[in-house]
Amino acid sequence: MSGTPSNRSDRLWMYATMVKSRHFEALIKPAYFEGKTPVFNMAKGPLPGEMHLSDGQEPCAVGVCAHLRPGDTVTATHRPHHVAIAKGVDLDAMAAEIFGKASGLSGGRGGHMHLFDARVNFACSGIIAQGLGPAVGAALASKLRGEDHVAVAFLGEGAANQGAFHEALNLASVWKVPAIFVIEDNSYGISVAKRDCTAVERNSDRAAAYAMPGHFVPGNDADAVHRVAGEAIARARRGEGPSLIEIETCRLEGHFMGDAEGYRPEGEVDRLKAEDPIPAYRARLLSEGFEGAELDKAECEARAAVDAAFAAARAAAYPQPEEAFAHVFA
Amino acid sequence: MSSPDAPTTTAPARRLTIARAISEAIGQEMERDANVLVMGEDIAKLGGVFGTTTGLLDKFGPERVRDTPISETAFIGAATGLAAAGMRPIVELMFVDFFGVCMDAIYNLAAKQCYFSGGQVTCPMVLMTSVGGGYGDAGQHSQTLYATFGHLPGLRVVIPSNAHDAKGLMLAAIRDPNPVVFMYHKALQGMGWLGTVQRSITEVPGTDYVVPLDKAKIVREGSDLTLVGLGLSVHQALDAAEKLAGDDVSAEVIDLVSIAPLDRETVRASVCKTGRLLAVDDDYLSYGVGAEIIASVCEAGITLRSAPQRIAFPDIPVPFTPVMEHFVLPNADKIVAAAQHMMEPSAND
Repeated sequence: MSGTPSNRSDRLWMYATMVKSRHFEALIKPAYFEGKTPVFNMAKGPLPGEMHLSDGQEPCAVGVCAHLRPGDTVTATHRPHHVAIAKGVDLDAMAAEIFGKASGLSGGRGGHMHLFDARVNFACSGIIAQGLGPAVGAALASKLRGEDHVAVAFLGEGAANQGAFHEALNLASVWKVPAIFVIEDNSYGISVAKRDCTAVERNSDRAAAYAMPGHFVPGNDADAVHRVAGEAIARARRGEGPSLIEIETCRLEGHFMGDAEGYRPEGEVDRLKAEDPIPAYRARLLSEGFEGAELDKAECEARAAVDAAFAAARAAAYPQPEEAFAHVFA
Repeated sequence: MSSPDAPTTTAPARRLTIARAISEAIGQEMERDANVLVMGEDIAKLGGVFGTTTGLLDKFGPERVRDTPISETAFIGAATGLAAAGMRPIVELMFVDFFGVCMDAIYNLAAKQCYFSGGQVTCPMVLMTSVGGGYGDAGQHSQTLYATFGHLPGLRVVIPSNAHDAKGLMLAAIRDPNPVVFMYHKALQGMGWLGTVQRSITEVPGTDYVVPLDKAKIVREGSDLTLVGLGLSVHQALDAAEKLAGDDVSAEVIDLVSIAPLDRETVRASVCKTGRLLAVDDDYLSYGVGAEIIASVCEAGITLRSAPQRIAFPDIPVPFTPVMEHFVLPNADKIVAAAQHMMEPSAND
């Protein structure tokens, strides 16, 4: 995508990609509950295990990834779908992986928290703050090779309290590598509110401790993320070093599917849904000269791609059990 | 490990899950001993992702029931400092898989504090952590890592197979002057959102009692072979023993309860009687619990009627897709097949 802030094609792409991501999660929901009713048992159904949906956090993914190329590296979290989709991870293979099928990104070995697509340099992990070190490494590789690729590590606000966060930021700054650390602040680490576990109000302030620019992006706004990320990524490509970006976002669903969310203040989810960034973005685009028809068309195409990916994933074959022993070593 | 000053209660035994038994034990000990406190991620308002601290925040307040940041190195390190200062911290590492971010605090701090200080400074802390897979949570949320912890001198490591033992072991663990790694298996925990082996839900006395941290239990007597398990594999071994009984094979089942220290004598005495040994656990095979059990028997020079065997998780990461995961996990059928093979005359050389 072009690096020009908020140009027309980027904005249309961001809108369509947010819709695509939201639709992906919308199809996950009923599939996840198959086999899990009337008695919820995480082990059952076509999508066993934990499932962390990204509804609400789409602006973070699209605003950053609009500036990225396949050669740039992204590491994401246990809540990875929106970022994976925005980074251009193969949608069909991603859906198949989440369903544990042989045609999945990793042949069913990884599942939803361990999506890897080397074609576009995307990886994610179930361990908090684990992706930061690898992003520093990818950025260093780019620098050593004289390339202008950057590496972006996405993390939640809870991960900013892990040692790995502080070590990685310091290292990235000392080595002046083209890394961008993107905090998706959705206010909660599972049940624990940020205000109850984080000493600073703004994690972007912590950039000062590592001599790098720190940006705070309020409002869960794709355009605002796009502008700030564009600057940080361009700076990194110029060889001027890492940046930290903190994005105020929200989680419209539970930490994982099945979360009773008793820790939320009453009415919070309703309020957040009323501020859903996707319809708000559509309204803004319409007010700023986009045609309803072109947005509808982009939406339709996005949904159709997801529908096709899910249909193929469901129809795909499971791997042979013995395949469990493949790929332990190269 | 008796507790003469424990509050006496006349509460009758009730059937509890392991989760409820753990939270009851912690609550009772917090009442008895003001030095006990509990810390971890989501343990206060949420009551623990695996229900280990349900109700404790309401009862004891946020000073003694502390939600932590996602900062395991800091809060487990802090627990060693609390312990050195005479407190009795209980900390939860939500999944044992997360030990990677904080192992230094566990094995270089907690495990060595007593030794390095020549016994001046002890480390009476409990590190409780969930283990086990089988529900499609993939390779960073499904490991057991028993042997990893059992391998490190200075740590006690226990794994209850049922609610009765869970409560008594937790009370013993809190009172023990050493760091105790208290592993609870997700397949036994009794959470509403995960399947639970029903046999793990047992009568639990409301009273104060301890289960020793260093004693294995014979949970089924038999004469033809000894099945040794811990946590979930105890139940798989019991299921297998039931099936084997139908084939006139009498299997004795041992619940290790603890792997550090390991009650080698109970295992040896059983194998002396049966002459056959099959060890079962769901940790990685190599350098594992089964290897240690078999070595303990072989080193004692016990005459065996067939070569000792082990069933464990193969030396691969835990795969996500259920077709692979259930293919490689131990289960009762695999135990039965291995046992039947051991009973064949050709195996008895």
